[in-house]
Amino acid sequence: MKIPILRLGDILLTSIQVDLTDAEVMQFQGDVLHAIADIEARGLLIDITAMEVVDSFMARTINDTANMARLLGAEVVVCGMHPAVALTLIEMGRGLIGVETTFNLNEGLVRLNRRIQQRGDSISTDQDE
Amino acid sequence: MDTLIPQENAESTIPIRDSTDILKARHRARELAAALRLGSADQTRLATAVSELTRNVLQYAGEGECRIINASSDHEVYIQVVVEDHGPGIPDIELAMRDGYSTSGGLGAGLPGVQRLMDEFHLTSRPGYTCLMIAMKRPRALSF
Repeated sequence: MKIPILRLGDILLTSIQVDLTDAEVMQFQGDVLHAIADIEARGLLIDITAMEVVDSFMARTINDTANMARLLGAEVVVCGMHPAVALTLIEMGRGLIGVETTFNLNEGLVRLNRRIQQRGDSISTDQDE
Repeated sequence: MDTLIPQENAESTIPIRDSTDILKARHRARELAAALRLGSADQTRLATAVSELTRNVLQYAGEGECRIINASSDHEVYIQVVVEDHGPGIPDIELAMRDGYSTSGGLGAGLPGVQRLMDEFHLTSRPGYTCLMIAMKRPRALSF
């Protein structure tokens, strides 16, 4: 099962719609990072609306992927976390998810664009000096 | 193997051999919780706990078994999950139950996290045999 990664200008959009095995999760991580590098994406939006279970492995992978994407130069926002998933993650342990989140895709895009803007601003200020 | 769990006092065994079995086990657990009319939070708690434990089996023992048992009565929903393996065992249980401790580079939220999600949590481990029993119990028709 390959998760589609859609391009929307400078942003990559992906939605996890099926229950993934560990191998598929790692495959996804690799695919996303390569896609970011290929088009020099400014941002990555991961929609997890359909994810019914986010265990500590999945949480770690989401965090790692976000950090890796940031290292490459892209901002990351995760959107659509199910309330039961949020509840379970916090009960299991605080700090399992350390990535920016929004309610839905729309807000995710807004947030992502704002972050990209901020990042761009800081780069141009650096250049001005 | 893929038969549905009858509503009451039934047991379902899932062999854990590769990571697709993790999905199978947690799916089965959620199905039972839903069939017993537990709310989505409890369904997710149970499925996540099963996911953690079965992944531990794969990671540390290579293979094992997950039994999901419906021991509900008229006034109480009682779901028990027993996860067993014949791996090397947990050398230091106290350490394994400590938050933030992990030998596998994980987040170290595994076992203590599962304990927080569940109402009952029993762990026995020696070289060659590890058994984790967890349970969720809720009064009938008062689950959320």
